[in-house]
Amino acid sequence: MKIVIMGCGRVGAELASMLDQEGHDVTMLDVNPGAFRRLPPEYGGEREVGNGIDQDVLARIGVEKADAFVAVTQGDNRNVMAAQMAKHIFGVPRVVCRIYDPIREEIYHMLGLETISPTKVGARLLKEALEREPATRGSGD
Amino acid sequence: MYVIVVGAGKVGYYLAKELVDQGHEVLVIEKDAAKAERIAEELGDISLMGDGCEASIMEMAGFGRADMVIAVTGDDEDNLVVCQVAKVKFNVPRSMARINNPKNEEIFKKLGIDSTVSATTAILAQIEQELPTHPLIKLLTLKGGGLEIVEVKVPEDSAVVGRRVGDIVLPPQSLIALVIDEKGEPRVPSGDTVVQAGDEVVAVTRTENEDALRGALTAPTAYGPYGPIDAQKR
Repeated sequence: MKIVIMGCGRVGAELASMLDQEGHDVTMLDVNPGAFRRLPPEYGGEREVGNGIDQDVLARIGVEKADAFVAVTQGDNRNVMAAQMAKHIFGVPRVVCRIYDPIREEIYHMLGLETISPTKVGARLLKEALEREPATRGSGD
Repeated sequence: MYVIVVGAGKVGYYLAKELVDQGHEVLVIEKDAAKAERIAEELGDISLMGDGCEASIMEMAGFGRADMVIAVTGDDEDNLVVCQVAKVKFNVPRSMARINNPKNEEIFKKLGIDSTVSATTAILAQIEQELPTHPLIKLLTLKGGGLEIVEVKVPEDSAVVGRRVGDIVLPPQSLIALVIDEKGEPRVPSGDTVVQAGDEVVAVTRTENEDALRGALTAPTAYGPYGPIDAQKR
């Protein structure tokens, strides 16, 4: 599968590395070439420098041929715009978009984007961890 | 009218000032405390500090009763989200976005935001108008469908000079709507209208056929459907 990932932060780099190891054709896109240092040395995919909300950049890196597009920059709005461009302008079949703000996430989910809010997911996981029966009382007493 | 302006940069500041002068109820939302304060000091208590893309701030600002939302931050993606959320979540009847990249005009349209303003586009259009030798001027983009109305000045050495409109091979979905001669006399052309050097031809075409239309009306060698043909019919 050809997969384009926008945003080479911790999550983006980790995801790129996983998909690359599984044999996918991965393209990492980031505005800052310095961000690629987060990719592990064995990463064999493409590295592209450019702004993912610029139509010319997306065309240049061949987004219309991608099977999937993942938007994981630090900016919710950038992710929202790039994901919508990949889906509605370039016709990418599978688009996933990270949105920290839970309310914005709900709105764009309603509009048909596949969205993930790490805020919601993280809070839920933490809550579940707290609610789990503690195994022992710890050595504090 | 209740108008919400998102972004208190220079555009937002002057926009808010003019709207207040016109008697509208105005609220400016701005992330930067100093800019928000400047609005409050100079224009009165009409600024709200916060992220205009965040639903809680939007709620507080009264997006639900806004007649119009205008997003004029310096970032196209922020302006897109403000307008989309205003439309989808708060049913704001009218929204307008400032854009920097002229190509985003089309993209915003496809994503449901019809009204965009781009200084870049305005300047480019002005340059086109002021360069009299420029062979094709875009006059108007028609809503939907990708059609536009353009004006082409027929140069002296064009292959179409002295030919009938009916004999000119135009690109698909293009037609000549009006011919204005050098004296400024407009004519609605028939197939028999003869094109003269210096005529202004107003035509309808599709955006992607702009270059082909320019070629058909200005190139010294006549264009056929398969590329240039010799000007045998002159």
